[in-house]
Amino acid sequence: MAIIIDETRRVLVQGITGREGRARTRLMREFGTNVVAGVTPGKGGQDVEGAPVFGSVREAINETGAVDISVVFVPARLVKRAAVEAIETGVPLLLLVPDRVPLWDAMEIARAAREHDSAFIGPNTLGVLSPEKACIGMIGGAASSAREWFPKGSVGIISRSGGMTSSTAYYLGREGIGLSTLVHVGGDSVLGLRMPDVARMFERYEQTSLITIFGEIGGSQEEDLAALMQAGEITKPVVAYIGGKAAKEGTRFSHAGAIIEGDKGTHAGKTKALVEAGATVVDSFGDLPQAVKERLP
Amino acid sequence: MARLHEHQGKRILARHGVEVPQGAVATTAEQARRIAADLGGKVVVKMQAFTTSRKAQGGIALVDTPDGAADAAARMLQMRIGAFPVEKVLVEAQLDIARELFISLSVDDAARAPVLLLSLAGGSGVEQRAGAVHKIAVDVRQGVDADQLDRALAQSDLDERAMAQVRDVVMKIFDIAHTIDARSLEINPLAVTKAGDVVAADCRIAIDDYAAFRQPELDIEIAREFDHPPTELEKIAYAIEQADHRGTFYFAQLPRTSAADERLVGFHGAGGGGSMMSMDALNGAGFAPANFTDTSGNPSSAKVYAAARIILSQPGLVGYFGSGSGVASQEQHHSAYGLAKAFLELGLDVPAVIRLGGNNESRAVQILQDACAALPATVEGYIKDDTPRFIAKRFRKLVNDADDAAWTPRARIIPDFVGSAGAYSFAVRAGDGWTGRVWIDHTNCSKTATALLLDRAAGALTLDDAGKPVLAVDAEQALSLDSAMIEAEIDLRIMGEPVVFVDLPIAGLDDTLDDTMDGGSGAL
Repeated sequence: MAIIIDETRRVLVQGITGREGRARTRLMREFGTNVVAGVTPGKGGQDVEGAPVFGSVREAINETGAVDISVVFVPARLVKRAAVEAIETGVPLLLLVPDRVPLWDAMEIARAAREHDSAFIGPNTLGVLSPEKACIGMIGGAASSAREWFPKGSVGIISRSGGMTSSTAYYLGREGIGLSTLVHVGGDSVLGLRMPDVARMFERYEQTSLITIFGEIGGSQEEDLAALMQAGEITKPVVAYIGGKAAKEGTRFSHAGAIIEGDKGTHAGKTKALVEAGATVVDSFGDLPQAVKERLP
Repeated sequence: MARLHEHQGKRILARHGVEVPQGAVATTAEQARRIAADLGGKVVVKMQAFTTSRKAQGGIALVDTPDGAADAAARMLQMRIGAFPVEKVLVEAQLDIARELFISLSVDDAARAPVLLLSLAGGSGVEQRAGAVHKIAVDVRQGVDADQLDRALAQSDLDERAMAQVRDVVMKIFDIAHTIDARSLEINPLAVTKAGDVVAADCRIAIDDYAAFRQPELDIEIAREFDHPPTELEKIAYAIEQADHRGTFYFAQLPRTSAADERLVGFHGAGGGGSMMSMDALNGAGFAPANFTDTSGNPSSAKVYAAARIILSQPGLVGYFGSGSGVASQEQHHSAYGLAKAFLELGLDVPAVIRLGGNNESRAVQILQDACAALPATVEGYIKDDTPRFIAKRFRKLVNDADDAAWTPRARIIPDFVGSAGAYSFAVRAGDGWTGRVWIDHTNCSKTATALLLDRAAGALTLDDAGKPVLAVDAEQALSLDSAMIEAEIDLRIMGEPVVFVDLPIAGLDDTLDDTMDGGSGAL
């Protein structure tokens, strides 16, 4: 067991015959993910890395059985169509990997998900990895290095940056701190599962004992997490680093969601909210492992 | 630029049937005079600039005559906002405003849906009534919740005619925002005139960068949210990003502080979060990044080279600092080759500290340091186990040792054999419209150098009758050798056999170098 992904979850890959879909299917399988089928419209009947390919999500499910998660690797402009297809077919959870999905498309996906009681992670997510179990998306890279870098343990990671999801995990692992699941929620402003949603999952999962956050300027995810902590809904210790202390208002820093607008989404505001809610917020990223050690129950 | 100017936004509003004041854009005082005369003389002149306090800066003038409009326009067209000259003013008929309302449609990240804010209890100055902002739910497909809107309107003391017009504007705002992929659309104020008309007196629109591709008629120059109009260097960088789709390349110039002792640094990150974290570490060590740059997602060495060249087109840098997430899944040696080529071509003479953590990090560090060993500058490479704070401190030490010597942008050093009779050359392409030429010094190309070249070209080069390397493939196939040849060029230099040069000019960069050097359009 683990939150979101483990070796028992049945995974579908949409866009499996594309360059990225193909490469990542192989890497996911090598790491232990149970990829049961793939979908590419018009390319049914093929086989990718041992996974049968179907022309639609419905066909894939009819032939191979229900899936727990669909990982979407189609080009950004086609993400809405692929995601809505999976949602309407009843897939309970989607991982939307592509970067540059239009904002109004993301909001339409969110609406469809609400309507059909489905959930999604991303867009613009590197993915989710549960050490020694399974991974979805592009996280981890080669299975051999992923196994070496991400030891199993009880610390959950929620990050708004893909590179820093792996990086945070690596630096904790190097200090002997094991990890329960690494979650990159995505870099965009409209996301499916947000930091507070994933924190709730870690709160419920008893093998997670502490939550580590890599936050960023912009949006309200960190503030909303702090509100959950204040409300007593998150009781596990939270240790956070917030990137963008040096960032100025009005300019986007790579990620679509990383922009301070007026007095909203500032580094100071996020830090204050989290600290007041009882989180440890480190000033320097290098201090994160020590702070985690100090807060581990 | 994903933000629209007031006059652009108003044109869109008008096209969709929202009333805006009569008026036109002027780029000269004379034009402003003519527009004002056409409008009867009594006009408002508004500078078109991205700033929140136009009024306080003298960017809004109410005048009674065409001459007054010309004077106001002349004054505003000489103003600068930050480093940017004001290029346009909007000249509009004055409104006889009875009260001022406010409408904004934006995206609520927590609700994952649009949200509408509506203030009906406006009125300027002392009449401002607090706490009367209505938050109205919006469905991404169906639009504004009409019941909620009607309840809000019913609470207001607007007369029936104004109420109907406001309702109409609100409904249209949703359609407009949806149609043009707006990330936010704000009308402040929405004026109710004494004659009872509802008019959009001002307008701020930001378009979603990721949807700019399906909004060609908006003529968005750079689909990227900045707090300023794009600089020359930002335009050059954006063109490179658009040309070369191998990996991400993000370049933004940052506002300068006014501190006299500001220590300006060329910043080159990898990965959004990792770049931000590294920039924070750099700031913590007392430096100010001149720019924010992120090359990630397995960029080609050509693209990293271009990023470094663009960063080094900024004058006054005390050094070059590169650092990303540290655990990049990209092959870091490509970045090392790209950086080394830029540093060598420019004869880097300010310190550079680059954290190349990620796949192949040891090889990457070796390449960078070996290639740059002969440079006047100290160039040091680091790996993922070196923290950003540690390398920021190391960088500070090197800059201190160099007495804060400042970088001067300069032309590339191009070897003498380029263009000579004894040189062999062929064209390469690093992206759409981004082409260059590989030059091989046949006269001095040793057997060892030839062997290395053939190996790197993986079959695309062969030996001619004289035993010198020449193309084995047609010109079209040779175009994709850009990165392989950049890497061969650097390896050969490390071996002490500088017989290859990849001439990869960056459009606009060499042309604007002179401007940049005297603090012109390239600097913020």
